[in-house]
Order: sequence, then C-alpha cells, then structure tokens
Amino acid sequence: MSQVLVVTSGKGGVGKTTSTAAIGAALAMSGQRVAVVDFDVGLRNLDLVMGAERRVVYDLINVVQGEAKLQQALIRDKRLDTLYVLPASQTRDKDALTEEGVARVMEELRSHFDWVVCDSPAGIERGAMLAMRHADVAIVVTNPEVSSVRDSDRIIGMLDSKTLKAEKGEYMEKHLLLTRYDATRAERGQMLKVEDVLEILSIPLLGIIPESEAVLNASNVGCPVTLVDSDSAPARAYLDAARRLEGENIPMVVPSERRGGLISKLFGRRAA
Amino acid sequence: MTIFNFFKPARSAPVARDRLQILLQHERVSAGASDLIAKLREEILGVIARHVDIPADKVQVKMQRAEAVSTLEVEIELPNPVRSRSEKAA
Repeated sequence: MSQVLVVTSGKGGVGKTTSTAAIGAALAMSGQRVAVVDFDVGLRNLDLVMGAERRVVYDLINVVQGEAKLQQALIRDKRLDTLYVLPASQTRDKDALTEEGVARVMEELRSHFDWVVCDSPAGIERGAMLAMRHADVAIVVTNPEVSSVRDSDRIIGMLDSKTLKAEKGEYMEKHLLLTRYDATRAERGQMLKVEDVLEILSIPLLGIIPESEAVLNASNVGCPVTLVDSDSAPARAYLDAARRLEGENIPMVVPSERRGGLISKLFGRRAA
Repeated sequence: MTIFNFFKPARSAPVARDRLQILLQHERVSAGASDLIAKLREEILGVIARHVDIPADKVQVKMQRAEAVSTLEVEIELPNPVRSRSEKAA
C-alpha cells in the first residue's frame, strides 16, 4: 500500500531537505519504490541535495499544470534504481500550484510508488499547507532550540486540523525527528534534552540525528547521507528512523561516531 | 566569577524548557480559541441565515480575554427591513 509522507517543521534550516533525502534513500535501499517531491516552489533545493540538479527538465508545476507528464518530470536516481526525484520549479510563482492539480499528481504518484516523500517549504503558508494536505503520515523535524520547538508546535496543530485526514476526522500520524542533537551539550544542561522536547511536543519520537560533519559533506557532494556515508552516525540514525517508519521496533539510541581513538574521544568531547 | 563559570558552565536548557512550556500553554489556548470563534461564527451565521437573508460578513464574533473571565461579543447586522425567509416565501 502506498504511503504519502510529509517532512515538515515550520522553521527553516532545521534539516527538512536533508532528512527528506536521507530517509527517502533509506526507504529505497530496502527495495521500495520511492519518490521524493520538492514542494518548495521558487527555492528548490532537493534536486541539489540529491545531486540531480543538472538533470532537471520538467518540474512539479509543469506536471500540475498539465504541461508535462509525470514520467517526464521524474528523475531517476543514479545510485538507486527505485529512487526518483520530482523537483520544484525554480522560477514560477508558487500560486501556480493548484489544490486540484496537486491532488491529481499525488494520486498518480501513489499509483506508482510505495512511498511519496514530500519536502515541505518552511513557513505555514500555502506551499506548506499543500505539502501536508495529502499526507498519511508526517515527520516533524525539530532542532533542540526554542524557536524550532515553538514552530513545530504550530505545525503539529496544523497537521491535526488542515490535512485531508484530519478533516475526515481520522487520526493524523505524526513523528518527531530531532536533528542537530548534541548529547554532550544536552547532558551539560546547555541544550534542550530529548525528553524535554518530547514532553513539550508530545508526539512519538522517530529518531535522534546527531550533529555531524557527515551531513554537510553529503550535501556538498549531492548525495543523501544514508548513501554516501552509511556508516556515519547521522546515517545510522536515519536508517533506523526509516525502519521505524516501516513499523519495525528498534531501540532508540543516539548514534555516535565510530572512528577515532582515545585522544580524539577526549578532545572530541571537550570540543563539543 | 570567570573561574567559577569555567568550572560550572551556565545551565540554560532548563530556562529554555520553562519558557517554552509557559509560552506554548498560552499559544495553544489562543489557537484553540480562534478555532472556536470561527466555529461559533459559522454556526451563528447558519442559524440566522435559515430565517433571514444575511451576508456572511455581517456576523462578527470577538473574544475579549481577561484574567478572571473572558467575554464573547457577537454583533449581527440585519438588513432593513428585517424580513424572514418564511414571509418572503408566503
């Protein structure tokens, strides 16, 4: 059965696009057919993070407006056969996304893929609403930081009232993905702890992604972190999160970097 | 003081947690209230429209929040002369 997943947050820069790419790739690595869809019209970036920026011919708006077929706009990932990107438009007006057009494209995507992962734009405007509108399940990406937690609370309220599922009176499944987490700083009382954020937002935890250089390295080379550096701490956290999405019961841990000896451990802790 | 700070870095996270809890408690209530107002407005308009022809923007619902009690202000502007739907049908 096909699932539509929205990756959303309210606040910008918390890791929606990184998480969309990493989780989309992780789901595709287990052989499932996955489309990652960029809803950030005017500021598309998912294509760049996925390394598909030079292969964009048509985009979501072209398909919504009937100027291109879905198959023409979908870009197949060069590394994974079952992973596709549907880019957003870089130039067009975001009002070009019509409610009916998006509904039609989502329906068509559902018929071709096991997972449709929608990368939401920041904010609570039209684009963010359309990205979450058709979702069966939502990932709320949050940093352990006050403004991000507040915005996530707003987004959770919207997921519970503005989605098609919510309007039908059904339960909207929501998961928290805590990104850029630093366990050492949290332990020292300098950063909100996982438990603090969970208590405030009270939605189930999907994963804890540690702050790591691997994330920037992955976007530098245009490859999801789960593919390019699958043994890194954030990649392992994303891979676990993807398995939890598929219903597996995996104990929650904050993965740490495996490399490095005693000295780097000593100094690594201090530098954190 | 500096040496003291060096050994005991400021624990700012509890402050963040407390501020968020207080803020969100308030924001959730006011978000709920605006939903409530929208719902009330819609239903009041529905009841009136069953009997009187009335444009949608002529029903205003406002909530004034005070410490002890909150008041709900409903202002309905009816067109003159007031004519009920049944009269018109007759």
